[in-house]
Amino acid sequence: MPDMARERPHPGPATYVWIAVVLAIITAAEVATFYVQGPLGPVLIPLLLGLSAAKFVMVVGFYMHLKFDSSLFTAFFVSGLTVAATIIVAFILLFLGQQV
Amino acid sequence: MAHEIAHGHGAEATSTGLHHRKVLMWTFLASDCLFFGSLIATYMAYRGRSLAPPHPAEIFDIPYTSVSAFVLLMSSLTMVLALHALQHGRIRNFRIWLTATALLGLVFVGGQAYEFTTFVEEGLTPSVNLFGSTFYTLTGFHGAHVTVGVLWLLSIVVYSFVKPFDPAVHSLDVEIAGLYWHFVDIVWIVIFTVVYLIPTPVPH
Repeated sequence: MPDMARERPHPGPATYVWIAVVLAIITAAEVATFYVQGPLGPVLIPLLLGLSAAKFVMVVGFYMHLKFDSSLFTAFFVSGLTVAATIIVAFILLFLGQQV
Repeated sequence: MAHEIAHGHGAEATSTGLHHRKVLMWTFLASDCLFFGSLIATYMAYRGRSLAPPHPAEIFDIPYTSVSAFVLLMSSLTMVLALHALQHGRIRNFRIWLTATALLGLVFVGGQAYEFTTFVEEGLTPSVNLFGSTFYTLTGFHGAHVTVGVLWLLSIVVYSFVKPFDPAVHSLDVEIAGLYWHFVDIVWIVIFTVVYLIPTPVPH
């Protein structure tokens, strides 16, 4: 399966540092939302989930090299991630509105 | 081309052209997604359903946890810099970055131990309410993962001093340890948002 095993060169330290700067800025933005929850209203939770997802994708893509490594690794990881996300959503829907 | 990648550095021949150990680690990480997915799902299912205090808003110290989150995030940078240094034959830089990664991990675990101690003193024990049970289970298992990672990284640093350490041979070992380390970082990215930052309703 040569196509699956195809890998591209990994980035260098400059890229890694830039990614870290962006991650730090996103984290600062996340923490800032804690202090301005009121004005954000219904946007707060989708915004926080979006920022979290952006950090997740950047670490997995650049630091774990999924963006550059074989697509087979991505397939393995995304399959586990998809099942995990399904479990979370299913649990939330099951327990929604129920009294414990 | 593909098989050169797998055969390089003395690796075994594989049908996919990929390193078996790297495939194994990615498979393990996929399974660990299910593990943490179940714990996060349980936390979310019981979120805001604790009848007895303390509740999350009364006990969380967001600035403190934000620093911990930042420390773990930066440890991912030092980890990838350690791998890059080793892949380019710079053993001294590799040891410095990997030691820094382990130390940042220790700071995170120490911070979590302090946080847990403070929470228990303020009345949040694992058995006091649903929040306590699900919170300690989720964050405790994450802390255990970080602790394993710290021991793994420190063992590599020690190994690099006491045994012959050839970058061409051992860069895969470090890359695999790095994958595990970055994984505990991305799990914390999710936990930090879901547990700490998203406001939890208090039942009336």
